[in-house]
Amino acid sequence: MAEVGSVVLPGDQVRLMINTEDSTRFVTGPGLRRDSDQVTVSKAGILKHKEPNIYWVDSRQKRYIPTKGENVIGIVTMKAGDVFRVDIGGSEQASLSYLSFEGATKRNRPDVKIGDLVFGRLLVSNKDMEPELVCISSNGRSNGMGVIRDGGFMFTVPLNLIRKLLSSDCNLLKTLGHHLPFEVAIGMNGRVWVKGRSVRETIAISNAISSAEFMDNMQIKMMCNKLVDALTGFT
Amino acid sequence: MPAHRSTMGSKFRTRSSSPMELRPMLSEVSVLSRSDGSASFSQGDCCALAAVYGPGEVKVAKELSDKASVEVVFKMKVGLPGCKEKIQERILRNTCETAIAATLYPRTAIDIVIQEMHNSGSFLATCINCVCMAMLDACVDMKYLVAAVTCGLNSEGELILDPTLEQESDLTALMIFAYESSNFEVIATYTTGSFTSDQFQICLIHCREASKHIFQFFRDTMARKLSK
Repeated sequence: MAEVGSVVLPGDQVRLMINTEDSTRFVTGPGLRRDSDQVTVSKAGILKHKEPNIYWVDSRQKRYIPTKGENVIGIVTMKAGDVFRVDIGGSEQASLSYLSFEGATKRNRPDVKIGDLVFGRLLVSNKDMEPELVCISSNGRSNGMGVIRDGGFMFTVPLNLIRKLLSSDCNLLKTLGHHLPFEVAIGMNGRVWVKGRSVRETIAISNAISSAEFMDNMQIKMMCNKLVDALTGFT
Repeated sequence: MPAHRSTMGSKFRTRSSSPMELRPMLSEVSVLSRSDGSASFSQGDCCALAAVYGPGEVKVAKELSDKASVEVVFKMKVGLPGCKEKIQERILRNTCETAIAATLYPRTAIDIVIQEMHNSGSFLATCINCVCMAMLDACVDMKYLVAAVTCGLNSEGELILDPTLEQESDLTALMIFAYESSNFEVIATYTTGSFTSDQFQICLIHCREASKHIFQFFRDTMARKLSK
């Protein structure tokens, strides 16, 4: 029986600590499979728990499995009639309708070319259907989504680093932003796009992000200070 | 790309000492940067390198509407693969397919490539263990782990666990068993030579005990990787 916080491997049984009166209601996240009253682990990782009764396995996966509601960065690979095919790193290409951009109408088509980067949200994603991407929120605004233009640099990092960057206890983007202004788009599919004031700064920022995987907040601060010193010429 | 090394030596035989122990195991995960998961695994002088890609895009011809299609490619050190290698591929594929929870990813492909690094006996079992490590590294959804153990019977009917190549040459029977980690049940067997059913049962029991060491080794290796 595996405990919360320990390393679990596929096939391990998990004992859940259910605090609420209704013991049948609990949420099993990625890496856990439920058959009848037993919960079995299906991925190698660390067992995590969140109050009151949410359980999941935090694993170091590189391959993206599309999940509904996640923001992703995709690459347009094909124009087929009124939909675009977008590579989001999953097992299947996502479809993106030309109408799901801010201000797009049948007359006024968005300017999307093959090879463009798009930042969008997964509207439909389940194992039996093709994933569908939109670049518009439910109230018709873009909310920062859409085609990513004007240069910058896109690179791929492991999925656990993405989760770390987006978590509220990680200070990397804040610390970097104190010293260097930059734009960033982070997709849950492991893709990060950054744009600094110059190519030099863009490279420095992308290196800082990809090296932060195993750093804690103190180390990140030190790394950022070093980086800024190197950029300004104090070595 | 950080690689994570792990060894287990002390309680296993160093070389050709006791015939009832496994050779020392050594493994390194995340050795390749482009694959979704990879591992090198060695048992004694025997060494294999495996890479796992997936669940990824599938060719239309191989698409299955209810589960992921598992493909195994075996790469030899030299030469072209023959019938023997094709059989090994098939055994590996069937074993992996049993372990992977393939129904979670319909219409996808999970590709596994195994490179032979050095064969010094009990190679198929080493390959199965190596693939299991690579699948763990790739975080492919699995029902349980798999571990394979080879054992042989010599002309006097003595049991030799995890035989080397020279020991393999004068065996009358060779058996490979793959076990799953939840109840230690057999999920695959592959045998050559002649033996009685009693001998088979004895080998089965001994190999099952040995497989527990391999599962412990898997756990230690992954714990080391994940504690970073």
